[in-house]
Amino acid sequence: MQVHNFEKIWLGAAILLIVGFIATISYGTVGAGIQMVDDSGGQISAQAVQNGESGTQFDDPGVVRQNDSHYVVYVVAQQFQFVPGSGDNPIRIPADTRVTFRVTSADVLHGFSIVETNVNTMVIPGQVAEVTVRFDEPGTYGLVCHEYCGAAHHTMGGSVEVVPRSQYDYQEVSD
Amino acid sequence: MVFVDSYPKTSKLVRSEFLVAFAALGLGALFGIVQALHRTGLFRGFVSSADYYTLLTGHGVLLALVFTTFFIAGLFAWATTNSLERELPQRLSWSAFWLMLTGTVLAAVAIIGGIVGAPTVFGHDLQADVLFTFYAPMKAHPAFYVGAALIIVGSWLAGLAYFKSLWDWRSENPDERIPLRAFMVVTTMLMWYISTIGVAVEVVALLIPWSLGLIQSVDPLLTRTLFWYFGHPVVYFWLMPAYLVWYTVLPKLAGGRLFSDPLARVVFVLFLLLSTPVGFHHQYVDPGIPEGFKFIAMTNTMFLLLPSLLTAFTVVASIEHGARQRGGEGYFGWLRSLPWGDPAFAGCMLAGLMFAAGGFSGMINAGMNINYLIHNTLWVPGHFHLTVGTAFALTAMAISYWLVPQITGKRLRQRTVALAQPYVWFVGMALMSNAMHRAGLAGIPRRTAEPNYDEFAFEGLVGTVGEMRLQIAIGGLLLFLGAAMFLFVMAETWLAHRGGTLSVNSEFPDPLSGPEHSPRILDNYKLWTAIALVLIVIAYGPPLASMVADGIAVPGSPPIPV
Ligand code: HEM
Ligand SMILES: [Cu+2]
Ligand SMILES: [Cu+2]
Repeated sequence: MQVHNFEKIWLGAAILLIVGFIATISYGTVGAGIQMVDDSGGQISAQAVQNGESGTQFDDPGVVRQNDSHYVVYVVAQQFQFVPGSGDNPIRIPADTRVTFRVTSADVLHGFSIVETNVNTMVIPGQVAEVTVRFDEPGTYGLVCHEYCGAAHHTMGGSVEVVPRSQYDYQEVSD
Repeated sequence: MVFVDSYPKTSKLVRSEFLVAFAALGLGALFGIVQALHRTGLFRGFVSSADYYTLLTGHGVLLALVFTTFFIAGLFAWATTNSLERELPQRLSWSAFWLMLTGTVLAAVAIIGGIVGAPTVFGHDLQADVLFTFYAPMKAHPAFYVGAALIIVGSWLAGLAYFKSLWDWRSENPDERIPLRAFMVVTTMLMWYISTIGVAVEVVALLIPWSLGLIQSVDPLLTRTLFWYFGHPVVYFWLMPAYLVWYTVLPKLAGGRLFSDPLARVVFVLFLLLSTPVGFHHQYVDPGIPEGFKFIAMTNTMFLLLPSLLTAFTVVASIEHGARQRGGEGYFGWLRSLPWGDPAFAGCMLAGLMFAAGGFSGMINAGMNINYLIHNTLWVPGHFHLTVGTAFALTAMAISYWLVPQITGKRLRQRTVALAQPYVWFVGMALMSNAMHRAGLAGIPRRTAEPNYDEFAFEGLVGTVGEMRLQIAIGGLLLFLGAAMFLFVMAETWLAHRGGTLSVNSEFPDPLSGPEHSPRILDNYKLWTAIALVLIVIAYGPPLASMVADGIAVPGSPPIPV
């Protein structure tokens, strides 16, 4: 087969580019430790979540304190709200602290995305999505359902209030 | 000889397929402009926000499935016939056409039912606002799934007709190399067969019985995985026909020849091998899938860049050759000698240019970690309106200016409108898509009828949200205008009387480096198909096995609404 010299150079450059991409992403995953959403959350019955009979913390979703430096937030996504998160029930978490979101769906597919952050996961019935983050900047962040979930999908928003660590009162959140 | 005179039967087939494709394009573009105006808040008088999703389902199905599949069927019918110099098997081809049309009508009726209040038909609400991805457990009327299945099965039959042609040609020309265009058609169809298995299993074995109530529940993650097994290769099912045009017709339009026939074959074989084992890159942020499988899909995806980069080289080199034949000189000066006044040429070039931008945003999507920033935001429609919505759609429109005269025997009418049309599309898409990309970075989601949420407001990183909305709306209007101009030219041409000689024909000059330079192994479809299957087993075997191991419907979800 005849391959023109220019073609050879181009081919070499293309492969180099591709290997470069793979290398940076591998570095981002392994070196910088950017965690992927994966199967660590486990499975759950969506109907049980809907009936509040899953026998898990999803029956009473909200913020759970593991210890001083780690909080877990259980969120149920359902047509058309996040519990907690939507309306006048924002998710309140401390800044500069490890926070794990555990999100599941009580009905159809939803999305769980905190605007302009890396917190972005699909919410699939039967699966628990698990994302661990640390917010440096206190403030109010937008929360969006980004997967079409029915005729009122566009109303399914919410907010996340990140409170300075010193001012965070877990008691106030938990009831 | 004009194509329509040499092959009257296949010409009729191509005309019928194009007619359906163009009707779908017109209706889809109408839905598109309504969406663009509604979701930006510029004009919201056409539909309610609840009905928005029914339109969006129609837009996705009509454009991404119906327009593309019918146009490709027509283009491939022409390409196979023209390069093998024989009419297609008629009965097979027409059965394919009618199956696909029946499927389209069924799906369309189910979708439109949602706008007229979802009446009960055969015991189920006649609606299908499930979008073209139809993720379970959201349920549509069974007619929607049956329609989708018929479109796929029809496309399989259409492919059989090309294979039949090739076999017949083979038996008469046992020692010749497969002509390039037939080679491209067959490679594309092989890829299509392999990848549609996923969605066929999803729809036929799971969703149809489930929507009819014959089985109680399906596993949402499994059906979603089967969908995306098909959902990425389908992208190459759209692009490879555009590549066929860019490789084989565009150099001729530029006044030159294809640079290298062997490399074109290599590129198509690479697509066959790499297109399918990448679907998990649409599921980077899905729970329930181990990170390792996502990583394998990511590396495959990155290597899938290779055939596109090679295409960029070969196509540009061929066009430059053409320009120099026409007297073009200098490093970039040759660009001026190209036939920019030819609507078919200008359209393909602009489509290719936009594809380069789309390729760039695609690399961002493929980056497993950067993907978090843009997954399911408006960035994503911004990206695929550059690829399928321009690279494919604008190439299809442009090549119609060249092809339709040959399958009707009528000269292209309204040349001025035809010449302006690709530029209108280009400007419209530049506005709409760049604003969509930026809106995505600001976190604005896709598939949303309302511009605002109660709990918070979006803020632009680059530019204001208001300005992005305006650009999306103006871009959408220009795109709609572009589609209307195209359909106007087609209607005028189609309805005109025959007369005079055509200025176009389907004769092709030999490539600079011909098929005799390519190793015979490239034509060995069995080998390539086998390797493709092995790669798929590596990428999909273990995850599918683990999803199915605990029972096909575990964890299961009943349909919603019940
Ligand atoms: C008149 C030209 C067009 C306009 C104004 C337009 C407009 C739009 C808009 C605004 C959306 C986003 C809707 C949303 O996410 O809320 C959209 C989605 C989409 N468009 Fe277009 N579009 C046009 C042409 C095309 C073409 C030619 C294709 C493909 C061949 C296409 C395929 C799609 C697809 C697949 C979606 C996604 C549907 C979904 O998310 O389910 N569009 N379009
Ligand atoms: Cu939702
Ligand atoms: Cu939603």
